[in-house]
Amino acid sequence: MNIDSIQNGIVIDHISAGKGMLLYKLLKLDETDVSVALIKNVTSKKLEKKDIIKIDADIPVDLNVIGYVDPEATVNIIKDGNLVEKKVIGLPEKLTDVLICKNPRCISQTEQEIHHVFRLTDKENRVYRCIYCETKAE
Amino acid sequence: MNRVIDIVDLNPKEIEECIQTALDIIKNPDKYAHVCEGKKLATLFFEPSTRTRMSFEAAMYELGGHVISMTDANTSSAAKGESVADTAKTVSCYADIIAIRHPKEGAAYVTAQNASIPVINAGDGGHCHPTQTTADLLTIYREKGGFDNLTIGLCGDLKFGRTVHSLINAMSRYKNIKFVLISPEELKLPSYVKKDVLQKNNIPYEQTTDLERAMPKLDVLYMTRVQRERFFNEEDYLRLKDSYILTPQKMKYARDDMIVMHPLPRVNEISVEVDTDPRACYFKQVLNGKYMRMALILKLLKEAGRI
Repeated sequence: MNIDSIQNGIVIDHISAGKGMLLYKLLKLDETDVSVALIKNVTSKKLEKKDIIKIDADIPVDLNVIGYVDPEATVNIIKDGNLVEKKVIGLPEKLTDVLICKNPRCISQTEQEIHHVFRLTDKENRVYRCIYCETKAE
Repeated sequence: MNRVIDIVDLNPKEIEECIQTALDIIKNPDKYAHVCEGKKLATLFFEPSTRTRMSFEAAMYELGGHVISMTDANTSSAAKGESVADTAKTVSCYADIIAIRHPKEGAAYVTAQNASIPVINAGDGGHCHPTQTTADLLTIYREKGGFDNLTIGLCGDLKFGRTVHSLINAMSRYKNIKFVLISPEELKLPSYVKKDVLQKNNIPYEQTTDLERAMPKLDVLYMTRVQRERFFNEEDYLRLKDSYILTPQKMKYARDDMIVMHPLPRVNEISVEVDTDPRACYFKQVLNGKYMRMALILKLLKEAGRI
Protein backbone atom coordinates (compact mmCIF):
# COMPACT_ATOMS: atom_id res chain seq x y z
CA MET A 1 0.00 0.00 0.00
CA ASN A 2 1.48 3.35 -0.99
CA ILE A 3 0.85 6.61 0.78
CA ASP A 4 2.64 9.63 -0.63
CA SER A 5 5.31 11.37 1.41
CA ILE A 6 4.23 14.63 2.99
CA GLN A 7 5.84 18.04 2.45
CA ASN A 8 5.01 19.87 5.67
CA GLY A 9 3.43 18.23 8.67
CA ILE A 10 3.78 15.38 11.13
CA VAL A 11 4.21 11.66 10.83
CA ILE A 12 3.35 9.72 13.96
CA ASP A 13 5.15 6.44 13.61
CA HIS A 14 5.56 3.26 15.65
CA ILE A 15 2.07 3.45 17.10
CA SER A 16 1.19 0.08 18.61
CA ALA A 17 -1.08 -1.72 16.17
CA GLY A 18 -4.71 -1.03 17.02
CA LYS A 19 -4.11 2.29 18.79
CA GLY A 20 -4.04 4.41 15.64
CA MET A 21 -7.78 4.98 15.50
CA LEU A 22 -7.97 5.98 19.19
CA LEU A 23 -5.16 8.46 18.64
CA TYR A 24 -6.86 9.75 15.47
CA LYS A 25 -10.00 10.45 17.47
CA LEU A 26 -8.30 11.93 20.55
CA LEU A 27 -6.27 14.26 18.33
CA LYS A 28 -9.62 15.27 16.79
CA LEU A 29 -8.25 14.63 13.32
CA ASP A 30 -11.75 13.66 12.22
CA GLU A 31 -12.67 17.34 12.72
CA THR A 32 -9.94 18.79 10.49
CA ASP A 33 -10.18 19.39 6.75
CA VAL A 34 -6.49 18.73 6.06
CA SER A 35 -5.15 15.58 4.42
CA VAL A 36 -4.66 12.84 7.00
CA ALA A 37 -3.74 9.22 6.43
CA LEU A 38 -4.28 6.54 9.07
CA ILE A 39 -2.50 3.38 8.09
CA LYS A 40 -3.21 0.25 10.12
CA ASN A 41 -1.25 -2.93 10.65
CA VAL A 42 1.85 -1.92 8.72
CA THR A 43 4.65 -4.49 8.87
CA SER A 44 7.35 -3.29 11.24
CA LYS A 45 10.80 -4.66 12.13
CA LYS A 46 10.54 -3.25 15.64
CA LEU A 47 6.91 -4.01 16.47
CA GLU A 48 5.96 -6.67 13.89
CA LYS A 49 2.84 -4.57 13.23
CA LYS A 50 2.28 -0.89 13.77
CA ASP A 51 -0.06 1.96 12.91
CA ILE A 52 1.04 5.22 11.31
CA ILE A 53 -0.67 8.60 11.07
CA LYS A 54 0.45 11.15 8.48
CA ILE A 55 -0.84 14.70 8.72
CA ASP A 56 -0.07 16.69 5.61
CA ALA A 57 -0.32 20.17 7.12
CA ASP A 58 1.38 22.25 9.77
CA ILE A 59 -1.44 22.11 12.27
CA PRO A 60 -1.09 22.20 16.09
CA VAL A 61 -1.09 18.71 17.59
CA ASP A 62 -1.26 17.98 21.32
CA LEU A 63 1.88 15.90 21.76
CA ASN A 64 0.75 14.88 25.26
CA VAL A 65 -2.13 12.98 23.70
CA ILE A 66 0.32 10.97 21.63
CA GLY A 67 2.42 10.21 24.71
CA TYR A 68 -0.69 9.15 26.63
CA VAL A 69 -1.99 6.78 23.94
CA ASP A 70 1.41 5.32 23.17
CA PRO A 71 4.52 6.62 24.94
CA GLU A 72 6.70 4.66 22.53
CA ALA A 73 5.31 6.29 19.39
CA THR A 74 7.71 8.53 17.47
CA VAL A 75 6.81 11.94 16.16
CA ASN A 76 8.53 13.08 12.98
CA ILE A 77 8.31 16.73 12.03
CA ILE A 78 8.55 17.24 8.26
CA LYS A 79 9.45 20.59 6.67
CA ASP A 80 9.80 21.02 2.90
CA GLY A 81 9.80 17.27 2.49
CA ASN A 82 12.69 16.79 4.94
CA LEU A 83 12.72 15.25 8.40
CA VAL A 84 13.72 18.12 10.71
CA GLU A 85 12.94 16.59 14.11
CA LYS A 86 12.26 13.12 15.47
CA LYS A 87 11.16 12.52 19.03
CA VAL A 88 9.57 10.03 21.41
CA ILE A 89 7.10 11.83 23.64
CA GLY A 90 6.94 9.41 26.60
CA LEU A 91 4.21 9.51 29.23
CA PRO A 92 3.07 13.09 29.81
CA GLU A 93 2.86 14.41 33.37
CA LYS A 94 -0.42 16.18 32.68
CA LEU A 95 -3.32 15.79 30.27
CA THR A 96 -5.62 18.72 29.60
CA ASP A 97 -9.02 18.26 27.97
CA VAL A 98 -8.20 14.79 26.71
CA LEU A 99 -10.11 12.70 29.25
CA ILE A 100 -13.35 13.40 31.10
CA CYS A 101 -13.72 12.52 34.78
CA LYS A 102 -16.36 9.82 35.26
CA ASN A 103 -17.00 10.61 38.93
CA PRO A 104 -20.54 12.05 39.10
CA ARG A 105 -19.57 13.90 42.30
CA CYS A 106 -16.62 15.70 40.66
CA ILE A 107 -16.80 19.48 40.25
CA SER A 108 -15.67 19.06 36.63
CA GLN A 109 -19.10 17.53 35.88
CA THR A 110 -20.96 20.75 36.69
CA GLU A 111 -18.58 23.70 36.64
CA GLN A 112 -18.80 25.82 33.52
CA GLU A 113 -15.81 26.16 31.23
CA ILE A 114 -13.53 24.12 33.44
CA HIS A 115 -10.52 22.34 31.94
CA HIS A 116 -10.54 18.60 32.44
CA VAL A 117 -7.07 17.93 33.78
CA PHE A 118 -5.51 14.61 34.75
CA ARG A 119 -2.11 14.13 36.37
CA LEU A 120 0.21 11.11 36.12
CA THR A 121 0.33 9.68 39.66
CA ASP A 122 1.83 6.25 39.03
CA LYS A 123 4.25 6.08 36.12
CA GLU A 124 4.91 2.36 36.45
CA ASN A 125 1.24 1.44 36.12
CA ARG A 126 0.34 4.42 33.89
CA VAL A 127 -2.26 5.74 36.32
CA TYR A 128 -3.74 9.19 35.73
CA ARG A 129 -5.98 10.89 38.29
CA CYS A 130 -8.33 13.83 38.00
CA ILE A 131 -6.72 16.88 39.63
CA TYR A 132 -10.03 17.88 41.20
CA CYS A 133 -11.36 14.69 42.80
CA GLU A 134 -8.40 12.29 42.30
CA THR A 135 -10.56 9.71 40.55
CA LYS A 136 -8.53 7.31 38.42
CA ALA A 137 -8.89 7.74 34.66
CA GLU A 138 -10.56 4.80 32.96
CA MET B 1 1.38 28.66 50.65
CA ASN B 2 -2.02 30.13 49.79
CA ARG B 3 -4.24 27.09 50.08
CA VAL B 4 -4.97 24.04 52.18
CA ILE B 5 -7.04 21.72 50.03
CA ASP B 6 -5.70 18.36 51.15
CA ILE B 7 -3.93 17.50 54.42
CA VAL B 8 -0.81 16.61 52.39
CA ASP B 9 -0.60 20.27 51.34
CA LEU B 10 0.88 20.66 54.82
CA ASN B 11 4.18 18.87 55.26
CA PRO B 12 5.12 17.44 58.70
CA LYS B 13 7.14 20.59 59.48
CA GLU B 14 4.15 22.82 58.74
CA ILE B 15 1.87 20.55 60.79
CA GLU B 16 4.31 20.86 63.69
CA GLU B 17 4.38 24.64 63.23
CA CYS B 18 0.55 24.81 63.34
CA ILE B 19 0.46 22.56 66.40
CA GLN B 20 2.95 24.78 68.21
CA THR B 21 0.89 27.86 67.28
CA ALA B 22 -2.28 26.13 68.51
CA LEU B 23 -0.61 25.18 71.79
CA ASP B 24 0.55 28.77 72.23
CA ILE B 25 -3.00 30.03 71.50
CA ILE B 26 -4.33 27.66 74.18
CA LYS B 27 -1.72 28.96 76.66
CA ASN B 28 -1.90 32.64 75.78
CA PRO B 29 -5.28 33.44 74.18
CA ASP B 30 -4.93 37.19 74.90
CA LYS B 31 -1.79 37.37 72.76
CA TYR B 32 -3.88 36.38 69.72
CA ALA B 33 -7.13 38.22 70.50
CA HIS B 34 -6.46 41.11 68.11
CA VAL B 35 -4.04 39.74 65.49
CA CYS B 36 -6.70 39.61 62.77
CA GLU B 37 -8.38 42.90 63.57
CA GLY B 38 -9.95 44.40 60.45
CA LYS B 39 -9.59 41.14 58.50
CA LYS B 40 -12.50 39.18 57.08
CA LEU B 41 -13.04 35.45 56.72
CA ALA B 42 -15.63 34.51 54.08
CA THR B 43 -17.38 31.25 54.91
CA LEU B 44 -18.86 29.78 51.72
CA PHE B 45 -20.92 26.80 52.76
CA PHE B 46 -22.73 25.22 49.83
CA GLU B 47 -23.96 22.31 51.94
CA PRO B 48 -25.19 22.03 55.54
CA SER B 49 -22.64 22.06 58.31
CA THR B 50 -22.89 23.03 61.93
CA ARG B 51 -19.62 22.38 63.66
CA THR B 52 -17.18 23.15 60.89
CA ARG B 53 -18.82 26.42 60.03
CA MET B 54 -19.16 27.53 63.66
CA SER B 55 -15.62 26.41 64.36
CA PHE B 56 -14.26 28.59 61.55
CA GLU B 57 -16.38 31.51 62.67
CA ALA B 58 -15.38 31.12 66.33
CA ALA B 59 -11.74 30.82 65.26
CA MET B 60 -11.84 34.09 63.32
CA TYR B 61 -13.68 35.94 66.09
CA GLU B 62 -11.16 34.75 68.67
CA LEU B 63 -8.40 36.16 66.47
CA GLY B 64 -10.18 39.52 66.50
CA GLY B 65 -11.35 39.28 62.90
CA HIS B 66 -14.75 39.41 61.21
CA VAL B 67 -16.78 36.84 59.33
CA ILE B 68 -18.88 37.34 56.22
CA SER B 69 -21.05 34.46 55.12
CA MET B 70 -23.02 32.98 52.33
CA THR B 71 -25.72 31.63 54.61
CA ASP B 72 -27.69 29.43 52.25
CA ALA B 73 -26.58 28.15 48.87
CA ASN B 74 -30.23 27.92 47.80
CA THR B 75 -30.69 31.68 48.06
CA SER B 76 -27.22 32.69 46.89
CA SER B 77 -25.78 33.38 43.47
CA ALA B 78 -25.06 29.65 43.16
CA ALA B 79 -28.81 29.10 42.86
CA LYS B 80 -28.78 31.48 39.91
CA GLY B 81 -26.18 29.33 38.23
CA GLU B 82 -22.98 31.18 39.11
CA SER B 83 -19.89 29.02 38.80
CA VAL B 84 -17.62 28.25 41.74
CA ALA B 85 -14.83 30.00 39.84
CA ASP B 86 -16.82 33.24 39.54
CA THR B 87 -17.89 33.06 43.19
CA ALA B 88 -14.22 32.74 44.17
CA LYS B 89 -13.23 35.78 42.10
CA THR B 90 -16.10 37.83 43.51
CA VAL B 91 -15.52 36.93 47.14
CA SER B 92 -11.82 37.72 46.74
CA CYS B 93 -12.91 41.35 46.37
CA TYR B 94 -14.62 41.34 49.78
CA ALA B 95 -12.61 39.12 52.10
CA ASP B 96 -9.05 38.29 53.16
CA ILE B 97 -9.42 34.53 53.34
CA ILE B 98 -12.02 31.93 52.27
CA ALA B 99 -13.23 28.76 53.97
CA ILE B 100 -15.35 26.74 51.52
CA ARG B 101 -17.52 23.66 51.92
CA HIS B 102 -19.10 22.26 48.78
CA PRO B 103 -20.79 18.95 47.91
CA LYS B 104 -18.74 18.54 44.73
CA GLU B 105 -15.31 16.95 44.97
CA GLY B 106 -12.61 19.34 43.84
CA ALA B 107 -14.68 22.50 44.42
CA ALA B 108 -12.13 23.86 46.91
CA TYR B 109 -9.35 23.33 44.36
CA VAL B 110 -11.30 25.28 41.74
CA THR B 111 -11.88 28.02 44.30
CA ALA B 112 -8.17 28.21 45.09
CA GLN B 113 -7.31 28.35 41.39
CA ASN B 114 -9.56 31.35 40.90
CA ALA B 115 -9.33 33.26 44.18
CA SER B 116 -6.71 35.92 44.78
CA ILE B 117 -6.82 35.32 48.54
CA PRO B 118 -5.94 32.21 50.61
CA VAL B 119 -8.42 29.32 50.55
CA ILE B 120 -9.07 26.62 53.14
CA ASN B 121 -11.06 23.54 52.19
CA ALA B 122 -13.78 23.01 54.79
CA GLY B 123 -14.88 19.79 53.07
CA ASP B 124 -15.45 19.01 49.39
CA GLY B 125 -17.92 16.16 49.15
CA GLY B 126 -16.39 12.81 49.94
CA HIS B 127 -12.94 13.99 48.91
CA CYS B 128 -11.00 15.93 51.56
CA HIS B 129 -11.60 17.63 54.87
CA PRO B 130 -8.12 18.74 55.94
CA THR B 131 -9.11 20.90 58.92
CA GLN B 132 -10.84 17.91 60.51
CA THR B 133 -7.55 16.09 60.16
CA THR B 134 -5.65 18.96 61.77
CA ALA B 135 -8.12 18.70 64.68
CA ASP B 136 -7.46 14.95 64.84
CA LEU B 137 -3.71 15.52 64.79
CA LEU B 138 -3.74 18.08 67.61
CA THR B 139 -5.89 15.69 69.65
CA ILE B 140 -3.48 12.79 69.11
CA TYR B 141 -0.53 15.09 69.86
CA ARG B 142 -2.04 16.38 73.11
CA GLU B 143 -3.39 13.03 74.31
CA LYS B 144 -0.57 10.73 73.23
CA GLY B 145 2.36 13.16 73.41
CA GLY B 146 3.36 12.84 69.75
CA PHE B 147 2.73 10.92 66.55
CA ASP B 148 5.31 8.12 66.55
CA ASN B 149 4.85 4.49 67.70
CA LEU B 150 1.05 4.36 67.56
CA THR B 151 -1.43 1.66 66.57
CA ILE B 152 -4.50 3.35 65.19
CA GLY B 153 -7.81 1.57 64.73
CA LEU B 154 -10.16 3.04 62.16
CA CYS B 155 -13.71 1.77 62.48
CA GLY B 156 -16.91 2.08 60.47
CA ASP B 157 -17.19 3.57 56.99
CA LEU B 158 -13.66 3.36 55.65
CA LYS B 159 -14.83 3.47 52.04
CA PHE B 160 -16.51 6.87 51.86
CA GLY B 161 -15.08 8.35 55.07
CA ARG B 162 -12.91 11.21 53.89
CA THR B 163 -11.62 11.90 57.41
CA VAL B 164 -10.27 8.37 57.53
CA HIS B 165 -8.41 8.72 54.23
CA SER B 166 -6.94 12.06 55.30
CA LEU B 167 -5.86 10.74 58.69
CA ILE B 168 -4.17 7.74 57.08
CA ASN B 169 -2.35 10.09 54.72
CA ALA B 170 -1.24 12.36 57.53
CA MET B 171 -0.20 9.66 60.02
CA SER B 172 1.65 7.59 57.41
CA ARG B 173 4.39 10.21 57.50
CA TYR B 174 5.40 9.37 61.08
CA LYS B 175 7.55 6.60 62.55
CA ASN B 176 6.36 3.13 63.54
CA ILE B 177 2.67 3.63 62.78
CA LYS B 178 0.32 0.66 62.41
CA PHE B 179 -3.28 0.69 61.27
CA VAL B 180 -6.10 -1.71 62.11
CA LEU B 181 -8.92 -1.26 59.59
CA ILE B 182 -12.26 -2.32 61.08
CA SER B 183 -15.24 -2.26 58.74
CA PRO B 184 -17.95 -4.33 57.11
CA GLU B 185 -16.88 -5.91 53.82
CA GLU B 186 -18.87 -3.36 51.80
CA LEU B 187 -17.21 -0.37 53.46
CA LYS B 188 -13.58 -1.47 53.38
CA LEU B 189 -10.81 1.02 52.74
CA PRO B 190 -10.49 1.58 48.96
CA SER B 191 -7.64 -0.37 47.40
CA TYR B 192 -6.04 2.80 46.02
CA VAL B 193 -5.55 4.18 49.55
CA LYS B 194 -4.00 0.89 50.62
CA LYS B 195 -1.77 0.77 47.58
CA ASP B 196 -0.86 4.45 47.19
CA VAL B 197 -0.40 5.26 50.86
CA LEU B 198 0.00 2.20 53.09
CA GLN B 199 1.87 -0.19 50.81
CA LYS B 200 3.90 2.58 49.19
CA ASN B 201 5.17 3.73 52.60
CA ASN B 202 5.54 0.19 54.00
CA ILE B 203 3.00 0.91 56.73
CA PRO B 204 1.78 -2.30 58.39
CA TYR B 205 -1.98 -2.75 58.50
CA GLU B 206 -4.58 -5.41 59.11
CA GLN B 207 -8.19 -5.59 58.04
CA THR B 208 -10.89 -7.06 60.22
CA THR B 209 -14.63 -6.98 60.79
CA ASP B 210 -14.23 -7.66 64.52
CA LEU B 211 -14.04 -4.52 66.69
CA GLU B 212 -13.83 -6.32 70.04
CA ARG B 213 -10.83 -8.43 69.03
CA ALA B 214 -9.02 -5.39 67.62
CA MET B 215 -9.58 -3.18 70.69
CA PRO B 216 -6.79 -4.45 73.02
CA LYS B 217 -4.08 -3.57 70.47
CA LEU B 218 -5.09 0.02 69.93
CA ASP B 219 -3.61 3.30 71.13
CA VAL B 220 -6.26 5.24 69.22
CA LEU B 221 -9.74 4.13 68.15
CA TYR B 222 -11.15 6.41 65.46
CA MET B 223 -14.88 5.77 65.05
CA THR B 224 -16.82 7.05 62.04
CA ARG B 225 -20.42 7.45 61.08
CA VAL B 226 -21.92 5.65 58.11
CA GLN B 227 -22.98 8.72 56.11
CA ARG B 228 -26.38 8.60 54.47
CA GLU B 229 -25.44 11.35 51.99
CA ARG B 230 -22.62 9.27 50.48
CA PHE B 231 -24.95 6.44 49.37
CA PHE B 232 -26.81 6.37 46.09
CA ASN B 233 -28.91 3.51 47.41
CA GLU B 234 -30.96 3.96 50.62
CA GLU B 235 -31.22 0.18 51.15
CA ASP B 236 -27.44 -0.16 51.38
CA TYR B 237 -27.33 2.66 53.90
CA LEU B 238 -30.01 1.09 56.11
CA ARG B 239 -28.30 -2.30 56.02
CA LEU B 240 -24.88 -0.94 57.01
CA LYS B 241 -25.59 1.98 59.31
CA ASP B 242 -25.58 0.00 62.57
CA SER B 243 -22.56 -2.16 61.81
CA TYR B 244 -20.55 -0.91 64.81
CA ILE B 245 -21.82 0.62 68.03
CA LEU B 246 -19.27 1.42 70.70
CA THR B 247 -20.67 0.77 74.19
CA PRO B 248 -19.21 0.78 77.74
CA GLN B 249 -19.26 -3.02 77.48
CA LYS B 250 -17.00 -2.95 74.42
CA MET B 251 -14.74 -0.33 76.04
CA LYS B 252 -13.78 -3.01 78.60
CA TYR B 253 -11.68 -4.62 75.87
CA ALA B 254 -9.64 -1.43 75.42
CA ARG B 255 -6.45 -0.46 77.19
CA ASP B 256 -6.62 2.18 79.91
CA ASP B 257 -4.60 4.61 77.82
CA MET B 258 -6.47 4.11 74.54
CA ILE B 259 -8.31 7.18 73.29
CA VAL B 260 -11.62 7.21 71.40
CA MET B 261 -11.96 9.76 68.62
CA HIS B 262 -14.80 10.59 66.24
CA PRO B 263 -15.06 13.43 63.71
CA LEU B 264 -18.71 14.01 64.74
CA PRO B 265 -21.60 14.32 64.26
CA ARG B 266 -22.36 10.88 65.61
CA VAL B 267 -25.67 9.15 65.15
CA ASN B 268 -25.56 6.03 67.29
CA GLU B 269 -22.14 4.55 66.63
CA ILE B 270 -20.89 5.65 70.06
CA SER B 271 -23.44 5.27 72.83
CA VAL B 272 -23.80 8.35 75.04
CA GLU B 273 -22.73 6.31 78.08
CA VAL B 274 -19.21 6.27 76.64
CA ASP B 275 -19.06 10.09 76.86
CA THR B 276 -18.17 10.00 80.56
CA ASP B 277 -15.34 7.53 80.01
CA PRO B 278 -12.05 9.48 80.43
CA ARG B 279 -10.80 7.84 77.23
CA ALA B 280 -13.52 9.56 75.16
CA CYS B 281 -11.83 12.45 73.35
CA TYR B 282 -14.32 13.43 70.63
CA PHE B 283 -15.48 16.63 72.27
CA LYS B 284 -11.86 17.58 72.92
CA GLN B 285 -11.37 17.09 69.19
CA VAL B 286 -14.02 19.73 68.52
CA LEU B 287 -12.18 22.26 70.66
CA ASN B 288 -8.84 21.31 69.17
CA GLY B 289 -10.38 21.86 65.73
CA LYS B 290 -11.04 25.49 66.56
CA TYR B 291 -7.45 26.03 67.74
CA MET B 292 -5.99 24.43 64.64
CA ARG B 293 -8.28 26.49 62.40
CA MET B 294 -7.01 29.58 64.21
CA ALA B 295 -3.44 28.45 63.59
CA LEU B 296 -4.16 27.80 59.90
CA ILE B 297 -5.92 31.14 59.37
CA LEU B 298 -2.93 32.87 60.98
CA LYS B 299 -0.42 30.97 58.88
CA LEU B 300 -2.18 31.63 55.58
CA LEU B 301 -2.88 35.31 56.30
CA LYS B 302 0.74 35.85 57.37
CA GLU B 303 2.12 34.13 54.30
CA ALA B 304 -0.21 36.17 52.08
CA GLY B 305 1.14 39.35 53.74
CA ARG B 306 -2.32 40.25 55.00
CA ILE B 307 -1.35 40.45 58.69
